[in-house]
Amino acid sequence: MTRLTQSGKEIFRYTPLLLIALAWEMVSRLELVSTTALPPLSEVIVAWIDMIKSGELINNGIASLYRGAAGLALSIAIGATLGIVMAWWKTVNLLVAPLVEVFYPLPKSALIPVTVIWLGFGDGSKILLIFLGCMLPVTIGAFNGARSSEQVLVWSARSMGAHKLRMLWDVVVPSAMPELLNGIRTALALSFILLVSSELIVAQKGFGYLIGYLGANGNYDAMYAVVLSVAFLGFAADRAYLMIAKRVLAWRE
Amino acid sequence: MARVEQGASAEATVPIWAFVLFSGLLRVFSILVLLAAWEILAQSGVFTPFQLPALSRVLMRIWQDAVSGDLAINTGLTLYRALVSFVICAVGGIAIGIAMSRNKIAHWFFDPIVSIGFPMPKIAFVPVIILWLGVYDISKISIIVIDAIFPVIAATVIAIQGVERELIWSARNMGASNRELLTQIILPAALPQIMTGLQVALPLTLIVAVVAEMLMGGYGLGGAMMTASRFANSAGVFAGIVEIAVIGYCLVKAMSLVRRRLLIWHQEAHNPSTV
Repeated sequence: MTRLTQSGKEIFRYTPLLLIALAWEMVSRLELVSTTALPPLSEVIVAWIDMIKSGELINNGIASLYRGAAGLALSIAIGATLGIVMAWWKTVNLLVAPLVEVFYPLPKSALIPVTVIWLGFGDGSKILLIFLGCMLPVTIGAFNGARSSEQVLVWSARSMGAHKLRMLWDVVVPSAMPELLNGIRTALALSFILLVSSELIVAQKGFGYLIGYLGANGNYDAMYAVVLSVAFLGFAADRAYLMIAKRVLAWRE
Repeated sequence: MARVEQGASAEATVPIWAFVLFSGLLRVFSILVLLAAWEILAQSGVFTPFQLPALSRVLMRIWQDAVSGDLAINTGLTLYRALVSFVICAVGGIAIGIAMSRNKIAHWFFDPIVSIGFPMPKIAFVPVIILWLGVYDISKISIIVIDAIFPVIAATVIAIQGVERELIWSARNMGASNRELLTQIILPAALPQIMTGLQVALPLTLIVAVVAEMLMGGYGLGGAMMTASRFANSAGVFAGIVEIAVIGYCLVKAMSLVRRRLLIWHQEAHNPSTV
């Protein structure tokens, strides 16, 4: 019974989305707008199922996800290390902080043409772009987290005879975790933006390429299907990440 | 005795400007090293001028653009698109946020849209926007707004939720009307977090403005970079990066100045953040 009211609440909560979907279908079916500009939702869903069957969506999706995952993994590994090192060694901070301050506000999409000049049209340029674009939010998260790690913890660890590296790993890294995880969430959102826009601008496979290709051929219902797939994938990735982050932080009660 | 005093006073006066100079130098030191390394690496011939044009050539190119007036046009257009969108995001986002926290129906309608729309990569909708609105300013501004408004809405809703109940109760007790409550109590109390939302939105408007210009062409810094890269003119591409970096830096700094100014009464003014 309670479960039923619970799911009833959920349905009520998401009714606006259903209404929007319904309005979309009706506006298009009644031809209030041209069906090329807005194909009915039902046809978009049919096109989506066709593309899943033909493997088009999955093959391009795997290409995109590989680029995104590789770039993001690099940016997390190197960005987090850099941030913690900056917080731990003052000299590093003095040297690197001005660079971080200058490059952090750089709108990362400006790097798209340069990564193409360096690494061409394939995977390499996208991975490099995502790595460069996502690294600094991770670095700043790790830096702020590690810097604010409680002095008391550091002192007591030291007085108990922990040596430097051990302390870094056992005290500083865990206390940097919450802010680091926040930085990674920003990086995750950025990685999708950079991935899709770089693939829209220049690529031979991937979601962005597929969107551009279908749009250029006037295959609009399929184009809508891919656009919506990417959008929901981004949403799902964020939700999955939040669940993982909650698990990681479980020890903090 | 006199000598000692002189020495002491000299020591007291010198460090002040020397310290300022030293810390200033230290702050630009790494940046200067990076720029020098760029120039030397490019001149050394390890990379072709196509892969890495020398800094001096890039600066020449920026200078040429500035003289011909292209720089002013492109910068002006990109800034115009980004800032108009930012104003729309700020006004619209805060308005929707207020409506959501004060009106049940607005909350019911917008809540699922925001919670699903916020984490979506809305940039994927660019081809749809082009299909609907073409490639001119209106479609560029639309896609920027779609991308950058969500952080403002979310920040406003969370900020208003977080306003202390005691503040609202005591204002009510003293006879504040709903309107006074909103403008004099709730909004000022929520301002720090709303500002944070705006500070997230501003860089986003620039990121998306550049992408939209790259995809839709025309004037603007993004469009100029795309043209340069089509003609394999990498000095033009790097010039674009430098120009966009300078704009991004100035906007972000200006925004934190505005924050400090607006929140001068707030306790955070005594304890400003470092990054």
